[in-house]
Amino acid sequence: MHIYKADQEPAVRSLGPENLLLKGATLKNTKKINGVAVYTGMETKMALNYQGKSQKRSAVEKSINAFLLVYLCILISKAVVCTTLKYVWQSKDGQDEPWYNQKTQKEKDTNMYVKMFTDFLSFMVLFNFIIPVSMYVTVEMQKFLGSFFITWDKDFFDPEIQEGALVNTSDLNEELGQVEYVFTDKTGTLTQNNMEFIECCIDGFQYRHRDELDGFTVTDGPVSKLQQKAGLEKEELFLRALCLCHTVQVKEDGAEETPGDQVDGVDGMFPQPEEERCFIASSPDEIALVKGAMRYGFTFLGLESKNMKIKNRQNDIEEYKLLHVLNFDPVRRRMSVIVQTKSGETLLFCKGADSSIFPRVKPEEVERIRLHVERNATEGYRTLCVAFKQLSAEEYAVADTGLREARLALQDREDKLMAIYNQVETGMSLIGATAVEDRLQEEAAETMEALQGAGIKVWVLTGDKMETAKSTCYACRLFQRGTELLELTVRTLEDGRTKREDKLLELLRDYHRRAVQDAPPVKAGVTRSWSTANQEYGFIIDGATLSLLMNPPRDADACLYRNLFLQICQNSTAVLCCRMAPLQKAQIVKMVKNSKGSPITLSIGDGANDVSMILEAHVGIGVKGKEGRQAVRNSDYAIPKLKHLKKLLLAHGHLYYVRIAHLVQYFFYKNLCFILPQFLYQFFCGYSQQPLYDAAYLTMYNICFTSMPILAYSLLEQHMAIEVLLDNATLYRQIAKNAMLRWRPFLYWTVLGIFQGLMFFFGVRFLFSNPALQDNGQVFGNWSYGTIVFTVLVFTVTLKLALDTRHWTWINHFVIWGSLAFYVFFSFFWGGIIWPFLKQQRLYFVFANMLSSVSAWLVIIILILLSLLPELLLVVLRKPRGPHSRQLSEETSTYTDRWLLSHPSPISI
Amino acid sequence: MKNEGETAERPDNTAFTQQRLPAWQPILSAGIVIPGFLLIGLAFIGIGVGLFLTSQTIQVLERDYTGFDKDSPCFSCTNPNTQNCTCEITIALSELFKGPIFFYYGLSNYYQNFRKYGVSKDYYQLTGDTKSFKSPQESCSPFDFDSNKNVIVPCGAIANSMFNDTFELYHIINGTKKQVPLDGKGISWWTDYNLKYRNPSFVNGSFAKAFDGTVKPINWPKPAYELDLTDQSNNGFLNQDFLVWMRRSALPEFRKLYRRITEGDYSAGLPAGNYSLTVHYNYPVLTFDGRKKVFFSNVSWMGGKNDFLGIAYLVVGSLCVVMSVVMLIVYAKFKFSDDDA
Repeated sequence: MHIYKADQEPAVRSLGPENLLLKGATLKNTKKINGVAVYTGMETKMALNYQGKSQKRSAVEKSINAFLLVYLCILISKAVVCTTLKYVWQSKDGQDEPWYNQKTQKEKDTNMYVKMFTDFLSFMVLFNFIIPVSMYVTVEMQKFLGSFFITWDKDFFDPEIQEGALVNTSDLNEELGQVEYVFTDKTGTLTQNNMEFIECCIDGFQYRHRDELDGFTVTDGPVSKLQQKAGLEKEELFLRALCLCHTVQVKEDGAEETPGDQVDGVDGMFPQPEEERCFIASSPDEIALVKGAMRYGFTFLGLESKNMKIKNRQNDIEEYKLLHVLNFDPVRRRMSVIVQTKSGETLLFCKGADSSIFPRVKPEEVERIRLHVERNATEGYRTLCVAFKQLSAEEYAVADTGLREARLALQDREDKLMAIYNQVETGMSLIGATAVEDRLQEEAAETMEALQGAGIKVWVLTGDKMETAKSTCYACRLFQRGTELLELTVRTLEDGRTKREDKLLELLRDYHRRAVQDAPPVKAGVTRSWSTANQEYGFIIDGATLSLLMNPPRDADACLYRNLFLQICQNSTAVLCCRMAPLQKAQIVKMVKNSKGSPITLSIGDGANDVSMILEAHVGIGVKGKEGRQAVRNSDYAIPKLKHLKKLLLAHGHLYYVRIAHLVQYFFYKNLCFILPQFLYQFFCGYSQQPLYDAAYLTMYNICFTSMPILAYSLLEQHMAIEVLLDNATLYRQIAKNAMLRWRPFLYWTVLGIFQGLMFFFGVRFLFSNPALQDNGQVFGNWSYGTIVFTVLVFTVTLKLALDTRHWTWINHFVIWGSLAFYVFFSFFWGGIIWPFLKQQRLYFVFANMLSSVSAWLVIIILILLSLLPELLLVVLRKPRGPHSRQLSEETSTYTDRWLLSHPSPISI
Repeated sequence: MKNEGETAERPDNTAFTQQRLPAWQPILSAGIVIPGFLLIGLAFIGIGVGLFLTSQTIQVLERDYTGFDKDSPCFSCTNPNTQNCTCEITIALSELFKGPIFFYYGLSNYYQNFRKYGVSKDYYQLTGDTKSFKSPQESCSPFDFDSNKNVIVPCGAIANSMFNDTFELYHIINGTKKQVPLDGKGISWWTDYNLKYRNPSFVNGSFAKAFDGTVKPINWPKPAYELDLTDQSNNGFLNQDFLVWMRRSALPEFRKLYRRITEGDYSAGLPAGNYSLTVHYNYPVLTFDGRKKVFFSNVSWMGGKNDFLGIAYLVVGSLCVVMSVVMLIVYAKFKFSDDDA
């Protein structure tokens, strides 16, 4: 490829962010492009995102690590205690080296401290099974396999896009059950992002398209009462503006066979069978506007070599030469085009948010339109203002050179461009405003209500106007009629004569007093009071105020502001943040994430502007919406619709959490009561590191005998039916704040493990005070002792799980009874053959001999029952009455404490 | 006609993938648990009573013969310098000691469950593998070679420390001693005797020749092939006393079966009267503060005397019954208050 051709003057083109193709982009609508690889490596967006993702760790994992530390301490202290006692014990005469157990010369020569150290290590090896290494494997398997239930769920299947849910990470399944804050994007998430042109306002007159089903293709003749109001000239100017001021592309192919094929950045195709063309744009608003113009008789035909073609009402083709596009960006919140008419006039059309347009037009024009814009916004429509300006030749020349220079600037290009843009986009005249409706997602209100019922605080973060966002919030029932709104916006700040900072502090103080201090004290922890008698507060803040709040002029105030703000937010049922830049969204999420108690946050969004907050939150959820795949790609979970969030959290999240929490506690417990008897045995064998169980049992315990039932449990358990979980959102609160993995339940499980370990060991110990346990008078030895303890252990631990299982599918039956049967079979097998590779056949016929003893049977039975007795008792005392799932929601608070102790309560459906 | 791709994308609608497998949801309601507890409690009390009564019928006679006290009969034998010491313990039975009687010796503060002690044996030697007679396993150390580097067979600490006190029981009838026959057969596990341990094969028709080039364990008075010269099936590694000793005890206080009294005039038990137990005192225990005991006991279906099981069953059984009553009260109270509401 030749960039420079000899006979040609080198063409200079600027390359900016708009020319950037990110790694992973798909080429569309063109056969080829020429590209330059600017950078590849760890700082590409993909690589950075990847890093961000891998850092997400669930609260459960943190708990596991804490528990692990405790068990590590137990392990070390056990080894220390045994080592110390060993040397204390040996110091007594004749104990160290009785004649029957003499030491080798080498042992005698070893230094005492070296011996102590090796003894310590031996004890560590002996007790190391207390650290549930296999738990990590099981947890990983549980997470990996468990996440399939999300992808498999047919409720998540959306017939429209022919897709179900997507799981990008399996590490966070249980986090879905722990969410305390939901940050949701508005456009495309709460709403459908299916824009429809509702009305416009031209020169202060309102035009409403009354019949939505009216044919779109009618191009000749008026379809509305346009003529009766504004002047024809103004009207046509406005419609031309709509037709010209955009970056929409036309796809002429009517035979579009894959309507669902949407790729990054060029989504929002609206294939209409009765229409010959469909439009492609990065924002659905633009399409809605172009279509709106089409409805009124101006059809955008396409862009051909810098010429925009428009078919006007008279079916004539008008051509405009596109000179410049002043791109849209979220900071300016507007975009402009500069076109040249056939007659040589140079026109600038600008459209954008009212706040960014109003200051740039003649003030006398504003008032007429502002009224409409505000009314439209209150009704929940997205509003845009349209302005235009005729450029004289000189003006254009200045602008043209300025733009070209700025585009080619190598330094501060953006700033320079911005300056030129601002310079050009002044002194325009306002010609009208548009209102585009974005309908609510299906079941958005129900979903929000369920989330709030589940004790989750919902924050809406949007780039939209406050009024628009507010009405959406009302429509979603995030704000109720009784909700008192606390506003902290630019407008409220500018009400008074005082400085903005002072006003901010004043308002913050005032709101804080109302929402936090005057409110009845909210009990911390799980049992929050949620009585409806309390006044509910909704909090509204906008981007400008937020940035003032985050970066106050005086640094010292930052902390105070932030605390006040957070406390107000925490006491509000819903928070609305409008006019947010994408980065601010992430800032908010980060702030809440790092606030006191480090609550679990979830972000849900569909667009590229939500990616930062999706990555920032503990759990990021992408909605497979119209705005491309970026959000989905960067999310942890992707769902087709907002309504699926309810099941994802209330049913899947809840179940996953209960499952994994139980799995973790159970693993620690079963290893504790596995190793405790071995520890106790040291007191009876002269601290000589004699294992109680045979090596085969030691290795097989976690791998074979007790692993499958808990895995099956952790995949299949439904302590409550999914329907019940969905119907009673309050159930979600039971497990809030990592309730099943707090220290109290952990202590309960630990005490249970210790109790059972003591039972196992001393029960058999007292039996062995006379080791003649067979009716032929023969005695049992140490391996029989260990085998009896081990048998009791395996049965107790498995039956304990059986007691906890509320949902017995055939798989549970199979693995639970199968595991026990396997244990018996294995013991017979292992002890039934003289294995040629073993140095010592120490278990030879030990198990069979044990079973020939009635006493051994009896002690096994009673020890199993005795060990499970507290558990049985708890199950009964917890629910003195026959439980009814319907009453459950009212009873939960009463029983929560007990419920938390061990595991879910029995539920009947 | 359905689109292929569409059906492929759609998740399978099976009970498993939708988490709707038919499931049994057990409810441990009071209606089940209270009668359950009551039944279990009653059953356990029944078993407990049976066990306890059975345990009470078992007669046990226990004598410490260590000779720790100066006035005890075996005190003279505790001097390590005395050789072939015997002492006599008199036993007076006021009533019939029902047979069959099992005769145990017991040791306390004796750690057969030391880890190093426990592995100090060579399984291959004990299966008659003469190759290992030349090179014993290292775990036998320091009881693998004698001072002249001869291999000790059977090597290891367990074999070396085999209990070697012997007993003779005499019934004293009118001043004359009548020996009570002691049966030493079948005191070890059947599998140990018949499957696990094997003697080396005869060499040139001589059992002793199989042990050529080896020496007896240091503490043994005679080599393994002379353990029972009267009965070849009880000789060598298949000696019952040896097998009993090789099965390590679980706890530092233990007993092991020595003989049974099943033969002749005493098959029905030991009639009331005076007996004398002659002890050939060889085994030193006082160096490590151990004790030696003998036990005479008969056994029941549950084995030897052990009150623990019976008491445990009684306690747990009554606990269950008490709890079922308590639960019934709680249940009734809650249920009625619920009905009122």
